[in-house]
Amino acid sequence: MFEELLNNKDTWLSGKGPFSEIIFSSRVRLARNFSDYPFPLRATTIQKEKILKSIESVYTKVSNLKNVIFLRMEEVSEIDRQFLLERHLISQEHMRAAKGKGLILSLDEKIALMINEEDHLRMQAMASGFDLKKCWETINTIDDSMAQFVNFSFMPNLGYLTSCPTNAGTALRASCMLHLPALTFTKRINKVLELLAKISFATRGFFGEGTQALGDFFQISNQISLGLSEPEVIDNLAGVVNQVKEQEIDAREILLKKHKLGLEDNVWRSFGILRNCRLVSSKEALSHLSILSLGLDLGIINSISRELLNNLFIIIQPAHLQKIEARVLREGERDFIRAQIIREKLNGI
Amino acid sequence: MLCDICHKNIATVHLTEIINDKVVEMHICQNCTKAKTQELKENLTIPELLTGLIDTNETHKKEVPLKCEFCGLTYADFKKKARFGCGRCYSVFKVQIMPLLKKIHGSLTYTGKSGINMQKDLFSNSVKELKVRLERAIKLEEYEEAARLRDELKKLEQKEKLSR
Repeated sequence: MFEELLNNKDTWLSGKGPFSEIIFSSRVRLARNFSDYPFPLRATTIQKEKILKSIESVYTKVSNLKNVIFLRMEEVSEIDRQFLLERHLISQEHMRAAKGKGLILSLDEKIALMINEEDHLRMQAMASGFDLKKCWETINTIDDSMAQFVNFSFMPNLGYLTSCPTNAGTALRASCMLHLPALTFTKRINKVLELLAKISFATRGFFGEGTQALGDFFQISNQISLGLSEPEVIDNLAGVVNQVKEQEIDAREILLKKHKLGLEDNVWRSFGILRNCRLVSSKEALSHLSILSLGLDLGIINSISRELLNNLFIIIQPAHLQKIEARVLREGERDFIRAQIIREKLNGI
Repeated sequence: MLCDICHKNIATVHLTEIINDKVVEMHICQNCTKAKTQELKENLTIPELLTGLIDTNETHKKEVPLKCEFCGLTYADFKKKARFGCGRCYSVFKVQIMPLLKKIHGSLTYTGKSGINMQKDLFSNSVKELKVRLERAIKLEEYEEAARLRDELKKLEQKEKLSR
């Protein structure tokens, strides 16, 4: 399953779109719950199955849901689930205990609706580059259309009711994934993260688990979902993301002015390592790819395409390697295959 | 026989009380009898009786809303995991969670989009829903809320009759 996704060119991971050299992608998510059922964490398997079935029976009539597939997570193999996770189409939570969980996925990977995750519906729209508005419009249309078939849990004074109190209200989470190597390099990133936390925006690493930001990718999202309208939440996030983008541009200029030679040295060393390595962990690969990507943005290197580089960020993850090889890879074997794939891609240019 | 209350004077009054279905005999002296009859009198006034009721209900009240009847989540469960069990939990734990929501979001006023199906919801489900809420309000002795719900219910039922 999903082999065709590997060759998807025009997804939100494509690295196209406005300001995509720094703002890799945008995403807007709405959480919704059926009013007549307990939330998934408290629902029985039968209740979850009913929800799954009722969504299955209406999703083809919902606007914007064309060219989509409907999946029952228990019918998706573990490696495929991991693959979807690595493509950020499902969450960690959605990987676990697949029974009763579902996914509606558009074939261009720009829409993903998780069913029976923490909430009955977690509807997400993605876009490459800086395009929160488009994401919002897409998901808002789906929400309006879905609401004609489903009674959502809603209170006039509190808005949409969600499993976690941090999502109640608009139940909207907007986020952008930013590549911030220069801010990381100049150690200004900590100050930026601190400031973001102060004004109630959450930041986390995009790759890997926990707070460690591998490959200098950071995901910035709103934390407040009550008291602001949806467009306000999105505008606020857009404003903040724009600021951080400007900070990164500043830091890049400083790097170019003050440390040009050191920077060039780093970029070419990373290029050398990636083109010649025989074993490489994903952590190491991500850090070299990050430097290479900065080198590409700053015109230090121009023999590789952004598309190829962005694709590498994704396909060097464990489940992707195994999908490409079409077999299960042991942990030690992965580093070998990873190195091989990177070499092939970078030397083939 | 010494007085059961002060244990000092000779008991001259023999009082039989029924407390919690048990017959309790008390032997009291003259002085303590005065105090006791005063107490008895007060106990018999209506406000006193009501306070007693409300008091017992108070402890009761603390237990009832702490469990959502729809999904079975207790407030203790919520405190442990910080996850609600269903939409109704928001009403059941209202008093407890409002400060929490305020803390998280800095606001308690929803200004987002209105659910498109709200209208539909009002007409189709709400008679049933309102009845459940009304029953709960009576149980919790939230009479103001109960009165409001009763009026709302009446209006709605009339409306539905008319539209039929």
